[in-house]
Amino acid sequence: MDKKAFRYALVQTMPVMIGYLFVGAAFGLLLADAGYGLPWAAGMALIVYGGSLQFALLPMITAHTNLLTVAVMSLSISSRQMFYGLSLIERFKKMGKKALYMIYSLCDETYSVLITDVPEGIDRQKFDFYVAALDMCYWVSGCSLGNLFGALIPFDTTGIDFAMIALFVVICTEQWIGSKNHLPAITGMVCGVVSLILFGADSFILPALASSMLVLMLVKNKVEVSENE
Amino acid sequence: MSNNMYVIAVMLTACACNFFTRVFPFLLFSKSDKLPGFIQYLGKYLPPCVMAVLVVYCIKGINFASLAGFMPMLISVVAVVLLHLWKRNNIISIAGGTVLYMILVQVVFAR
Repeated sequence: MDKKAFRYALVQTMPVMIGYLFVGAAFGLLLADAGYGLPWAAGMALIVYGGSLQFALLPMITAHTNLLTVAVMSLSISSRQMFYGLSLIERFKKMGKKALYMIYSLCDETYSVLITDVPEGIDRQKFDFYVAALDMCYWVSGCSLGNLFGALIPFDTTGIDFAMIALFVVICTEQWIGSKNHLPAITGMVCGVVSLILFGADSFILPALASSMLVLMLVKNKVEVSENE
Repeated sequence: MSNNMYVIAVMLTACACNFFTRVFPFLLFSKSDKLPGFIQYLGKYLPPCVMAVLVVYCIKGINFASLAGFMPMLISVVAVVLLHLWKRNNIISIAGGTVLYMILVQVVFAR
């Protein structure tokens, strides 16, 4: 165990911990209300391991939706993740057997921490692995604890899931400060908002990501030139 | 099929689909020794772009029908950015923004 990398991973994933514990607890509690106990909560957290996906599965399970529909829904909800690996191919390749686990556990939050830089002296591969494993621990713990004790949380947790949005906003801000060229960030913002207006909240994410990728390709020369200045 | 078997089948289906989306780019490019130039380029510049889209994804639920529908989110996101530009400390920005958001939705803009 590389203590330095672990400690840094712990600090960097702190916001994920807060978010996952409470959002996971909310899921665990809903599952308990539907009549499913701890093994189901922990099992679903471990096997499905996807926040929005798990919440979407709940009503489908209750309604006994057929598996084909489950598959189509799962694919469409998770589709944004197809864009994450592109930036991590080389890094995961070097990780050998762990690569499969890294891919398996590549959720929004883990991705967002993995694409941030680490200071010198921190072992990147170890850090990446700790981040993925810690995030999964938080999520499984949150879902399990919520399933067991969710009804006992003594204060109103409405809005605590904002921690994850805040994490994403912080990472955006960091990337903005750290890069000379703001075209990629602006591209994402504009394509995101335009797609949201055109396609609506339920189906905008794929068009948003696909059009961002296309625009990024079109402005390739501009982006690369200004980065080398 | 018993209910337990059905739920397990649902979990495995969701797991397979979820994993497929995560492994997809690796399947496409795992064979090549050297990544094509445009993939290297995208790999480098896609993250800020994806993060911006993810933020839009997170706030997509806001509605402009009432102040409570968008003000808490708007104020808190701006607060996180400002806090971060000021202190540049992840924990302060995230904890500050989250507490502010909770107060806004629970007290200030409570229905």
